[in-house]
Amino acid sequence: MSPSREGIEGRFDVAVIGAGVSGACIARRLSAYELRVALIEKEEDVSFGVSKANSGIVHGGFHHNKKYLKARLEVQGGMMFDRLKAELDFPFVRCGIVVAAMHDDELRGIGQLYSQGVENGAIGIEMCSRERLLELEPRLSPDCVGGLYAPGGGIIEPYRFVFSLVESARKNGVVLFTGWKLVSAAREELAWRLRSSDGRIVEASYVVNAAGLHADDVSRAFGAEDFRIQGRKGEYYLLDRLTKAKPDRVVFPVPSASSKGMLVIPTVEGTVLLGPTATSTDDKEDFATSRVELETILRSAKNLVPAISESDVITSFAGIRSVLGEDFYIDVSGKAPALIQVAGIQSPGLTASPAIGEYVKDLLKKAGLRLVEKADWDPFVDKVPRAKDLTPFELDEFVKADPAFGNIVCRCERVTEAEIVAAIRRGHTTLDGIKYFTRAQMGRCQGGFCTYRILKIIMRETGMAWDEITKRGEGSRVLGGEL
Amino acid sequence: MREFSFDAVVVGGGAAGMAAALALDSRGRTVALVDREAGLGGILLQCIHNGFGLIEFDEELSGPEFAERIEEGVRKSRIEAFCAATVIDLEAAGEEKTLVCVSSSLGILRLKCRVVVLAMGCRERNRGNIRIPGTRPAGVFTAGLAQRLVNIEGYLPGRDIVIIGSGDIGLIMARRMSWVGCEVHAVVEILPYPSGLTRNIVQCLHDFDIPLYLSHLTTRIYGRDRVEGVEVTPLENGALVPAKAFEIPCDTVLLSVGLVPENELSKKAGIDINPATNGPAVDSTMMTNLGGVFACGNVLHVHDLVDFVVEESRRAGGYAADWLDGQRPKAEARVKIGANVRYVSPGRVDLARENKIYLRSLVVKNDATLEVRLDKALVRSIRKNHVQPSEMISLELKPGELGAGSSRAEPVVEISIR
Ligand SMILES: Cc1cc2nc3c(=O)[nH]c(=O)nc-3n(C[C@H](O)[C@H](O)[C@H](O)COP(=O)(O)OP(=O)(O)OC[C@H]3O[C@@H](n4cnc5c(N)ncnc54)[C@H](O)[C@@H]3O)c2cc1C
Ligand SMILES: Cc1cc2nc3c(=O)[nH]c(=O)nc-3n(C[C@H](O)[C@H](O)[C@H](O)COP(=O)(O)OP(=O)(O)OC[C@H]3O[C@@H](n4cnc5c(N)ncnc54)[C@H](O)[C@@H]3O)c2cc1C
Repeated sequence: MSPSREGIEGRFDVAVIGAGVSGACIARRLSAYELRVALIEKEEDVSFGVSKANSGIVHGGFHHNKKYLKARLEVQGGMMFDRLKAELDFPFVRCGIVVAAMHDDELRGIGQLYSQGVENGAIGIEMCSRERLLELEPRLSPDCVGGLYAPGGGIIEPYRFVFSLVESARKNGVVLFTGWKLVSAAREELAWRLRSSDGRIVEASYVVNAAGLHADDVSRAFGAEDFRIQGRKGEYYLLDRLTKAKPDRVVFPVPSASSKGMLVIPTVEGTVLLGPTATSTDDKEDFATSRVELETILRSAKNLVPAISESDVITSFAGIRSVLGEDFYIDVSGKAPALIQVAGIQSPGLTASPAIGEYVKDLLKKAGLRLVEKADWDPFVDKVPRAKDLTPFELDEFVKADPAFGNIVCRCERVTEAEIVAAIRRGHTTLDGIKYFTRAQMGRCQGGFCTYRILKIIMRETGMAWDEITKRGEGSRVLGGEL
Repeated sequence: MREFSFDAVVVGGGAAGMAAALALDSRGRTVALVDREAGLGGILLQCIHNGFGLIEFDEELSGPEFAERIEEGVRKSRIEAFCAATVIDLEAAGEEKTLVCVSSSLGILRLKCRVVVLAMGCRERNRGNIRIPGTRPAGVFTAGLAQRLVNIEGYLPGRDIVIIGSGDIGLIMARRMSWVGCEVHAVVEILPYPSGLTRNIVQCLHDFDIPLYLSHLTTRIYGRDRVEGVEVTPLENGALVPAKAFEIPCDTVLLSVGLVPENELSKKAGIDINPATNGPAVDSTMMTNLGGVFACGNVLHVHDLVDFVVEESRRAGGYAADWLDGQRPKAEARVKIGANVRYVSPGRVDLARENKIYLRSLVVKNDATLEVRLDKALVRSIRKNHVQPSEMISLELKPGELGAGSSRAEPVVEISIR
């Protein structure tokens, strides 16, 4: 966007701060109305915050008591995914969730989860005998004694979900600002004047603070509520798709008071995720993994699914939960005008996100925003064909139309040049952005084979020089020099 | 969708694939050679250092020169090469096999044949495989990727380098990075001995004063956006000593932590894998459990010298031609892995003819003896001045040496090191 008046990049009815899954759902929901909406993100691409590193589960609606807002939004949000998938073409499967009790004394916990699920209105939830559980999930340890089955639970590729939401929002007029870190805000007459770290300015009548781990800083920038987001780190191992330990459903242990425990998750794309751990951290930028935690994961996961083997590990990573007390904090600010707080969005934030979009839209209305539906709102995004999902006949047709479909760039995940180009043309120009959009570099060789090919395609498509290409934005330059 | 028929299709056009294809061609068979890269040569093309061909051509060549010598033969032959074509599926229905390939210029290609030779090479193990904890910044590369960037694409992966693992590629890259003006601060190896060839330790590390930390584990990678350093912890008597851990600042980490035969295609086609080599389990003719499907080169087991790759692959191509001619092994014996041996390839020998086997030791040892037993009776013992896991041992077994054969229904040849 070209600056109009004294560096002002735009005037909007609503500015949403943070393009994680919360901000993306809110922006897309608002794109259905006659509103000028800005979606503002400090990172180089969307979904680079908490929304990229989590368990990717659409939860089953039984883990939390309905006195919590998060429990109500979880159930509501979870039911919205089928329709969203049809509109937005992201990987999502309702594979169901099992919770396995490994000792008789854990069966009481199962009973509590069951009653909670029934009260919350989780559909189809069922208590299982050992036999029923093993029939539902044959890879479970034979030592299990019984458990719970929630058929409504599912798995999703979280970053692809966010990418699609943002693409849909932009298609319907939302303006996306990336690499735009909000540092201060001033109320002038009837609008907020937002300033970025590099001095750029955006004006908006209403602001939504969906800044994840940094929602506390953003709140302070508005002179609004003074709270502190506590980070709680979760580490993971990822297993190769050829592992023999891939369950058919998400496998949970019986949760403890503080966490849902460490899970075995069959990802939508065929790999297996083990984790997460849960340790408090004060450094919200510390995504390091540690030996001790990783060993704990393996031990605990093998307890549930004995076939897990460390030789199947292809990578590890960590995510940080944004914790603010026990519940989500979603409300109109009591201190700053025309500001909606969306903070403390810990698990089940991903599941709840579509419902968060609805909820925030209603809060904005309550705060005085006029909502007029667009006559021409288009909920659909264009599908990106994936070579991996095509039959040879279909792929042959695609190659005829575009030879780039015949060039396999990433062999592990079978990603073609055409898909890489599609990612770049949608604005994903970092190695990580391309990875999350296409899965190239995500398989067993972790980019050992395809990275140089992707670098060349980025240079060709964008005209970027070698020293402009990064892994995930500023500071993460990939190459060290030219010969 | 286009379809072509050949007597044999070779998957992978590196040294192994070319050698096997040439052998089949020389026996009058029609051969297709498929490679996903734009040209033939495989991994050799990025190995611009010398050290290839001492056995095969009796002179010291660079990788590309070595590849060119063999490719010249391919150009003169009737072998049909399909480059920039990736094989995505191998379907076997009895004797008839179909390879499904994807190519930009031809779309989907179906190649029908009776014989398939798998020569897909290997890939590098990565950070996840050896589970190094820490952050995930830019600047962590496998050594082979770095080699590709420097030697072919003309870019440096970074400036201040630590190499993890003392495999050959890492050692060669230590020298290469020093030559282009980068600082190589250390090579860190978990084992008490290097995993690369001795000549590479001397030529690539000693000559450049690069420290080699043996019995050290990389326990952490630092840096938020770009690598800032690694934490290295010594191992004493097999246990980590965290009190003695130290940090080496650097902006780049290169991993040379082993190679894995690239067998996803084979596994999908139902080919049995030998857990000791990670390559297909093969008989004395290098044929897999799928009749008519052969394997050779790095896809079968990881070699350290291309000369051995070519020798083995030429024989594999010959055996494949024999198979097309209707010949089958006569008196196969299972090879048993004895004491101090990591693996033996192939896993069977034919007592009725001459056999060549490759094996790796499990131990580092001076004055070792290689012993061959047939049904428990010692039939041969060979002195070796020095054995170590990184140097492959070759062994020829002639029919006479294996006695007149075996009286047993299922003879066993055991190979051990003492
Ligand atoms: C380990 C773990 C496992 C989880 N598993 C699940 C699960 O299985 N199912 C589930 O439903 N939920 C799960 N969750 C929860 C879920 O991931 C989060 O609730 C959700 O991703 C939060 O999204 P968000 O948009 O609120 O935050 P984020 O994704 O963090 O988005 C906030 C964005 O704001 C940006 N930002 C911050 N400050 C500024 C600023 N000053 N200016 C501009 N932009 C700014 C950030 O860069 C970021 O992109 C898990 C969470 C973790 C950590
Ligand atoms: C860095 C390095 C240094 C070395 N140094 C030396 C040395 O100094 N001296 C020495 O003698 N040896 C050395 N070697 C060893 C030697 O180069 C290799 O062992 C040998 O070249 C391997 O040959 P190959 O044909 O088995 O595998 P590759 O050369 O890897 O060939 C495999 C080919 O198969 C293709 N392919 C794979 N899958 C498919 C598919 N699905 N469809 C189509 N094509 C496919 C690949 O593109 C590749 O071209 C070195 C190796 C490396 C990696």
